[in-house]
Amino acid sequence: MDDTPIDPAPTTTAAEGTTGVSRRRLLTGGALTVGGALAGAGIGVAATGDSGGPTPDPGQARPKEAAYGAQKVPFHGRHQAGIATPAQAHGVFLGFELARTVDRAALGRMMRLLTDDAVRLTRGQAALADTEAELAALPARLTVTFGFGPGLFKAAGLDDQRPASLTPLPRFPIDRLQDRWSGGDLLIQICADDPLTVAHAQRMLTKDARTFARLRWAQRGFRRGRGVQNDGVTQHNLMGQLDGTANPPPGGDIFAKSVWTDSGPAWLRGGGTTLVLRRIRMELETWDAADTKAKEFTVGRRLGSGAPLTGTVEADAPDFEAKDKLGFPVISEFAHIRRAHVTDDRMRIFRRPYNYDDAPAADGRPDTGLLFASFQRDIGEQFLPIQRRLAASDLLNQWTTPIGSAVFAVPPGCAPGGWIGESLLG
Amino acid sequence: MRTSATHTAQGRYARLRLLAAAVTAGAISLTTLTACGSSDDSSSSSSSSPSSTASTPAKAAAPVTVQDPWAKAADSGMTAVFGTLVNTTDSKVTVVSATSTVSKKTELHEVADVEGKPVMRPKKGGFVIPAQGNHQLQPGADHLMLMGLDKAVKPGDEVTVTLTLKDGKTVRFTAVAKAFAGGKENYSSGMDSDMKMKKD
Repeated sequence: MDDTPIDPAPTTTAAEGTTGVSRRRLLTGGALTVGGALAGAGIGVAATGDSGGPTPDPGQARPKEAAYGAQKVPFHGRHQAGIATPAQAHGVFLGFELARTVDRAALGRMMRLLTDDAVRLTRGQAALADTEAELAALPARLTVTFGFGPGLFKAAGLDDQRPASLTPLPRFPIDRLQDRWSGGDLLIQICADDPLTVAHAQRMLTKDARTFARLRWAQRGFRRGRGVQNDGVTQHNLMGQLDGTANPPPGGDIFAKSVWTDSGPAWLRGGGTTLVLRRIRMELETWDAADTKAKEFTVGRRLGSGAPLTGTVEADAPDFEAKDKLGFPVISEFAHIRRAHVTDDRMRIFRRPYNYDDAPAADGRPDTGLLFASFQRDIGEQFLPIQRRLAASDLLNQWTTPIGSAVFAVPPGCAPGGWIGESLLG
Repeated sequence: MRTSATHTAQGRYARLRLLAAAVTAGAISLTTLTACGSSDDSSSSSSSSPSSTASTPAKAAAPVTVQDPWAKAADSGMTAVFGTLVNTTDSKVTVVSATSTVSKKTELHEVADVEGKPVMRPKKGGFVIPAQGNHQLQPGADHLMLMGLDKAVKPGDEVTVTLTLKDGKTVRFTAVAKAFAGGKENYSSGMDSDMKMKKD
C-alpha cells in the first residue's frame, strides 16, 4: 500500500551485502536480547552472552561491504516520509521561528526550496548550491519531514485553516517547560541511519530556511545503531525501558486510522497528521536509587524484555485485571502502561522517539532524556487525554520531567513536481 | 557602461570597496568581480540526474536542455546563474548570448587563470557544448552573469533565462534562486575537483 515508504529492494541487497559472519552476529545478537530479557537480566546478559559462541576473526567482525549507506526512502507519496518509516538510528528536530516579514508568498517560496532540497538529498544527490556535494552521496535512509506550528498559520493569514487543537499544550503540573525547547513555527525533522548524512542535510536545509526564519532550537537524538539489533526490535530508552512497545504497527489499519488526519481542515486530511514533540528529561540520579522491582512496578513492564508484569514476552497484552496473592493489581493503578493504555484503536498515538544524551555536568550529572515524538490524527482527541492521565498519577513522573513542548501540523506528502504545504499555502 | 574589461581578483578590501561602489552607483562593470568567486563546484554531478525538478526545456525537441539550474539570490546589482547545459543533438552547439527576465544585461562568463590569478571575464566564442555532451556552469567557473538587476532576486524566486544559440534558436529555462555564500570570498587554489557522484 502507499503507506509504506520503504523500498524493499535495497533492504534485501543490504542483507545480502553483509558477510556471513556479520549476519550470524546480527541474528545472535537479536536472540540474545530476548534471551537475556527472559532471564530478567537485560542488557548485561546480552552483552556478555555474546562471548558464548566461537570468537569471530577480528578481521571479519565488520561487514566488508557497506550495507546501509545507499538505501533510500522515497520522498514523494501521499504521506511525508519519516512517520511510518521505521525509525532511523539518528535524528534531529529543528524548530524555526519565522521572520516577521514572512507572509504566505514567502512561505511558498521557502517550502518549494526546502522540498527541492529534501527531494534531492533523500535520493542521494546534492542539493542545488550544495557546497559539499560529496556528503549527499550516501542517504542512509534519509527522510526529511516538515511540520507547521501554530504561528505559521498566523503568518500566512490562514489561521482559519489551523486544526482546532493545534495550540501549545496546556501546562501540566509535572511540566518544567523551558522556552529554549518549546514552540516553533516550522519543524524540520531529519532522520537517517548515518549521523554525517543528518549533519549535511541539516546544514543544507538550515541554509535555505534561515532567509525566512531563525533557528529556535535543535534537538538531536539517537536510537540503537543500525545493524546492532534486528530491524523492528523495540529500542531501549536511557532509563533501560523498551520504548514504543504498544505502537500501532506502521502500514496497518490501526496506524492508518489513528495517525492520518481525517477531520478538520481539508488541506490536512487524508495524508497529513500532527506531531507533539516533548523533551522529557530523565532524572537518572534518582532513578539509579530505585531497585529493579520498583522500576518495573513503576512502568508495569520488565525492564529487560519489556514484557508486561502479567506476561512473559514483550508482545503479550497486559492483563490489567490480574491480582496478586494479596488481591492487589499486578500492574499498579498508577503504573505507566495502565495510565497510558488506550482501548479504542482510534485513540492510539504513534510514538517515534529518539534518545538524547548531551554533555554531563561537571559533577557527572547527566543531561539525558527522550525526544518524545508522537504522531496522531488529532492532538486534542488523542494526545491530550493520555497526557492528562499520565500527568495526574503516573508513577514514572517521579523520574521524568517534561522540559520542552511543541506541536505541529504535518502536511500530507507531495507528488513529483509538487511541494510540501502546497495544499495549504499554494 | 562597458562591461567587457578584464578584472583581476584583488584583495578582499578592494573587493568590498568595489561592492560598495557598485551598490551605490550601480557600477556594473566593477561588481562583476564580486559575485564570481567560489572554489566549490557543487553541481558537477547533476548531469547524471535522471530527472530535474527545475529544468524547463523550451520544447520537446530542444537542442539544449538545462539541468539543475539555480541562481544566486541577490538584493541588487548583479548575480549569476548556474546549471548543466545538455546538448541533445549529434553536433556541437554553441551558446552565444543570453537574456534574463530580471536583469538589463546577461553575459556569458568564464573564470580564467591570468598570471596565476583567477579572473572573471566574458567568454570569447560562447559556451561550446559537445555533441550529446554537457557543459557545466558553476561557481568559480563558467556561468551566466546577470547584470543590472531590475529588482531583488530573493531566495525561492524564479528567474527565467533565454539562451541564444549560434544558429539563432533560443532555449528558455527557469532557475530557482538560492542564498549562496560563494562569490564573496577570494578564490582558493585547487578549485577543480571533478567530483564523481554515486548514481541512482
